[in-house]
Amino acid sequence: MTTVVGSKRTRNYHLALIGVAVLILLMSLVRIVSGQDDITSSGTFSAALLLSVPIGLAGLGGLWAERAGVVNIGLEGMMVLGTWFAGWAGYQWGATAALVAGLIAGALGGLIHAIATVTFGVDHIISGVAINLLGPGVTRFLSEVLYKEGTAAGEAGAGITTSPALSSQPPQVSLPLFSSGPDWLGSLESTHWFLLSDLAGILRGVTHNVNVLVILAVLMLPLTFFVLWRTAFGLRLRSAGENPWAAESLGVNVYLIKYVAVVISGAFAGLGGVFLVFVTTKYVEGQTGGRGFIGLAAMIFGNWRPGGLAGGAALFGYADGLQLRSAGAVTSFLLFGGVLLVIYLGLKVRGMLSSDRPAALAARTAREYTLMAAAAAGAVVLIWLWMTVDRLPNEFVFITPHVLTLLVLLVASQRLRMPKADGVRYRRGEQH
Amino acid sequence: MNADTVAAVQPAVQLEGITKRFPGVVANHDIRITVEPGTVHAIVGENGAGKSTLMKILYGMQKPDEGTIRVNGAEVSFRTPSDAIATGIGMVHQHFMLADNFTVLENIVLGAEPRKGLTLDVGGARARVNELAERHGLRVDPDRLVEDLGVGDRQRVEILKVLYRGARILILDEPTAVLVPQEVDELFDNLRELKAGGLTVIFISHKLDEVLDIADAITVIRRGTTVASVDPGDVTARRLAELMVGSELPTPETRESTVTDAVMLQVSALTMEAEGYRPVPKGASVELYVDSLRAEGRRLLLDGVSFEIHQGEILGIAGVEGNGQSELIEAIMGMRLAHGDISLGGADIASWSTLRRREAGIGYIPEDRHRQGLLLEASLWENRVLGHQTRPPARRGIWVNRRAAKADTQRIVQDYDVRTPGVDTLALALSGGNQQKLIVGREMSGEPKFLIAAHPTRGVDVGAQAAIWDHLRDARAAGLAVLLISADLDELIGLSDTLHVIYRGRLVARLDPSDVTPERLGGYMTGAITGTEET
Amino acid sequence: MPAGLFRALLTVAGAVAAIVVAIVISSVAIIAAGASPEAAFAAFFDFGETERSVVNGIATMLNRAVPLFIAGLAVAVGFRMNLFNIGVEGQYRIAAICAAYVGSTFTAPAPIQIAVIIVVAAAVGGFYALIPAVMKVTRGVNEVISTIMLNYIAINLAAFLVRGPFTGQRAEGQLTTSTPVMPESAWFPDLNWIFEVLGLPAPRGGGLWGFLTVAILLGVGLWVLLERTRFGFEVKASGLNPSAALASGVNPKKMIISAMVLSGAIAGLIGLPEILGDKHSFGSNFTPGLGFLGIAVALLGRNKPVGIAVAALLFGFLDRAQGPLQFANVPPSVIMIMQGTIVLLVVIANEITSRIALRREERRAAQQLGRNTPVEVAA
Repeated sequence: MTTVVGSKRTRNYHLALIGVAVLILLMSLVRIVSGQDDITSSGTFSAALLLSVPIGLAGLGGLWAERAGVVNIGLEGMMVLGTWFAGWAGYQWGATAALVAGLIAGALGGLIHAIATVTFGVDHIISGVAINLLGPGVTRFLSEVLYKEGTAAGEAGAGITTSPALSSQPPQVSLPLFSSGPDWLGSLESTHWFLLSDLAGILRGVTHNVNVLVILAVLMLPLTFFVLWRTAFGLRLRSAGENPWAAESLGVNVYLIKYVAVVISGAFAGLGGVFLVFVTTKYVEGQTGGRGFIGLAAMIFGNWRPGGLAGGAALFGYADGLQLRSAGAVTSFLLFGGVLLVIYLGLKVRGMLSSDRPAALAARTAREYTLMAAAAAGAVVLIWLWMTVDRLPNEFVFITPHVLTLLVLLVASQRLRMPKADGVRYRRGEQH
Repeated sequence: MNADTVAAVQPAVQLEGITKRFPGVVANHDIRITVEPGTVHAIVGENGAGKSTLMKILYGMQKPDEGTIRVNGAEVSFRTPSDAIATGIGMVHQHFMLADNFTVLENIVLGAEPRKGLTLDVGGARARVNELAERHGLRVDPDRLVEDLGVGDRQRVEILKVLYRGARILILDEPTAVLVPQEVDELFDNLRELKAGGLTVIFISHKLDEVLDIADAITVIRRGTTVASVDPGDVTARRLAELMVGSELPTPETRESTVTDAVMLQVSALTMEAEGYRPVPKGASVELYVDSLRAEGRRLLLDGVSFEIHQGEILGIAGVEGNGQSELIEAIMGMRLAHGDISLGGADIASWSTLRRREAGIGYIPEDRHRQGLLLEASLWENRVLGHQTRPPARRGIWVNRRAAKADTQRIVQDYDVRTPGVDTLALALSGGNQQKLIVGREMSGEPKFLIAAHPTRGVDVGAQAAIWDHLRDARAAGLAVLLISADLDELIGLSDTLHVIYRGRLVARLDPSDVTPERLGGYMTGAITGTEET
Repeated sequence: MPAGLFRALLTVAGAVAAIVVAIVISSVAIIAAGASPEAAFAAFFDFGETERSVVNGIATMLNRAVPLFIAGLAVAVGFRMNLFNIGVEGQYRIAAICAAYVGSTFTAPAPIQIAVIIVVAAAVGGFYALIPAVMKVTRGVNEVISTIMLNYIAINLAAFLVRGPFTGQRAEGQLTTSTPVMPESAWFPDLNWIFEVLGLPAPRGGGLWGFLTVAILLGVGLWVLLERTRFGFEVKASGLNPSAALASGVNPKKMIISAMVLSGAIAGLIGLPEILGDKHSFGSNFTPGLGFLGIAVALLGRNKPVGIAVAALLFGFLDRAQGPLQFANVPPSVIMIMQGTIVLLVVIANEITSRIALRREERRAAQQLGRNTPVEVAA
């Protein structure tokens, strides 16, 4: 790429690094102020990693499909297929079989979506909804047939809503010296020093007893980036999402590309399902809990890019993980939100004071004032809540990722750029 | 060159008896064309004559029902564009086939990517594109995003795309439709260089002056079949036109002036920001605010546009597409907010909704009838209601008056000669010309005081074109004020009473249509000539 | 044949073909499960031996179909203008709990009490749908993703409300939490008299829910609104071509807000048949999933009230067979497979039939080009 593009990329990279640093600093501050050590404990981060992975995989599924121009809200249904088949193959033949079966089941779900949307030109949302109905239907049916009392699976501990436990689990690894053995990070974390212990906790969380499949899944992110942005195949795939008619006129088989993309998309969703099964060691009906949708949200949050998607998945996974570890710690995020709003206000005020525009024009809109007033009120309310509320009801914790997604969409939706022909019905030989 | 070598040279492309049928119509019938290598061969015909279908066949996008295609002497059968590309045929489409969010380089290599191991060989591709661009004089920066490029640059990208695939035969489908005269000259220079490099160019057009300028041989198509092959040296534009149309040519000439003193529409200092509308801060006047915007260097889509249109006057706006025409229409229709004043028959309508403006008597023939003018998947009578849903005959209280709407649609079908099986037919079943006639009929009903006609005859056949021109002239004679926006300079010059040129959101010149040439108009449109002249 | 009639016939033919294929696919699944398809299909039509059991079966089917019908209508209002209100699920749950709670706080003469409850449900549903509508018109947020998020928020919020602020006295031996039971003036009279008039025994349990009448009125009203009024025309125009609608003076923001709120208000009524007719409170065992099924019903009925009614009856008919299927040794979840495949096949069939219809009209219009005769007005 040229210098222009290159420098923009490095600038983004630096910005991201600074953002992460500020975030950790803030988390550390909030931990010290609130005394909730779980905010940056290795346990929380370990859980966060585990919970981010299925969201991230679903998000990657969405990314593959939408970059090729097919909206896939059927991810949830494909994920459900993945969980069931992982449970079914896993209890009989172990972890590897579970992985393969879940992958294939998800891919089959993707294939149905591809047939409906690509071959028959059904609206993508409608087909996705149908698949979300079909996924739970098929799995329930299979459970009723294969897991009912009196079957072999039934003896092994299956029920109508659960499979028997997996017969083997994938191995786990730790980073030697740092996270196991002497466990340097662990001892540093337990000192609870400002910032240092927080860093140690975060690092230990993502390096201690990590399932090898988690590592594999995380590697899918750079792999996806490489394939989509650095290979000829990726260029063709993205062209199908930006302008399929141009691609067609250059001899690219757009139908085939879309089929491949949507099947891979389903496979990723299925893989996400496999992970959920590994976490609970068996298939449980309804265990996806809408993660397919949250994955989609993470992808939109990440502006249809793998890096941003990873950020979104990490954020949602962290919210989940923290709530799992310590419901009390969650209230600290009220403080966190309050502090963020105060910082936003500070930046705004500074921007206004330093403005050298004529006064009549600088005070451009009442809108900005409304926004600032709302931010101030929000900050006050959040901090007041933090001081008075001991413990949030579980239900409010569950909805954190959803509320966050809505907020991000509200703030950033106009800056998001989805592939231009995303969700557009494409037929060979027909100009739009 | 002696007779032996001439006989030995195979034609680059030879079409024999090509026939293609679509449900209910024959698009191509017994087409015969021979294109000699190393020439620019023009294929001319009016809109709807079957040129595009023919090119799609030659490029493998459609299969002919009958006939043979020979390329360099060998018979070929194309199933997909890839097959055509493999035989060395490349196509530059009329509507650019580019992914806006991709770089020039990515657009060029797509589908024929150089690889280095597993990855895309970006460096190698860039070197090759630069080398090609150098050799044929087609300069573009390979790393810019296509969405940042102008029309001429985009066309060069399209040509490079074709050359990159090693094409020796280039098909250019109406390449000058989107260009101004100066850009056309540049394109022709490029084409001459390509020809000098031994390439064959098939040039599709209905602009006869251009064809006579560039072509070495001309084939005329009329009603789906080849009617003549002529040498540009011994044919006039007039003769060519008659071959093309097969009868007398319609002209867009307006006769005597019907302009009255009564101002119908007055627009003053209309200004629109590119970054979205922001209200003027309290206490500041609009002029001060707009001045400050200019001082800050903000991009303005419309910049102080002022004009007035009288009853019985057609005011034409000439300009290269994307210089603010669409924004001007949107501002007048109330679809997009802008600063400045608009008044209709003396009433200030700047704060009115689109609906209220329509009810007050503004009619609108949109620039893109499929996008803005029709409900394609609805019946004709429902399309008649569109835009008139609050007025009789379409409305009765809160209800849609179906019977009256159907009857009035029937009136339009008859008066405007819309060829349709019935008023219940879906709009998309109609041909472009009939759709447009329906729209014109609709916008003329309800006795409008002011009509915006944007590209009123784009993509319609000659018959419909003449009919639409007649309707516009009749309405003008009856006292209608018309704002005419068109890319067809002949249409503009022929119909308008007054002509303005828009360039980068400003009206840069006011011209008298009776003594302006397309060349001079083009000069203003591209900013090559500056300065206003009053007439 | 008039173009409109041809299109309608073709649609019906497509739906029938889709259902036949869905039956074939389900039969394969049933055979694979080791059961007999004949037994399964007999079970669908097996309403029992006695008159009473037949009546019970019919009441169960209609009671299931009514909320599905309302849900289908709610979804269809949005779909008709290409607004994908996936949030019906959340809207009806939050509306149901609020309506049930408000209904339990006061006692008034029955018509007033019931009217207030209906108004509260519609208002809450409409308000909850207003959120994504406002997000869309002010910030351009895609409604699909925002309504999906709002579904999860509503479901959790309802769960919190029923166990917290809105919880009622738990009866002896009752395992589920619920809102306080509403006074009898809030119980919607049942329609069992219909069976009695026909000389049949009344069904057991809650009987045939009276809310059926409200649903029918709603369906007719919505048909008139969408097919005959200016508002309906504007909805259709916005759905088919938003840019053309804008250029024709239809305010897209106003349309998005009003269609979403109307959709949400109808969605708010989905839970009422159950609450007013049977449970008289909102509990943690309240029927979930009606919003998602409503999407299926709307698609099946092609977003038209009559089609939606047929689709809701079909789904109600299938769902009724839960018990008989179990007796026939067929996994009852075959119903879910049937419903899923029917929806998928019907949307595919819709695509194919509309393509056929289009080709036919293009051909006819092209023939018309040849001759220049005036045409009849098809009224």
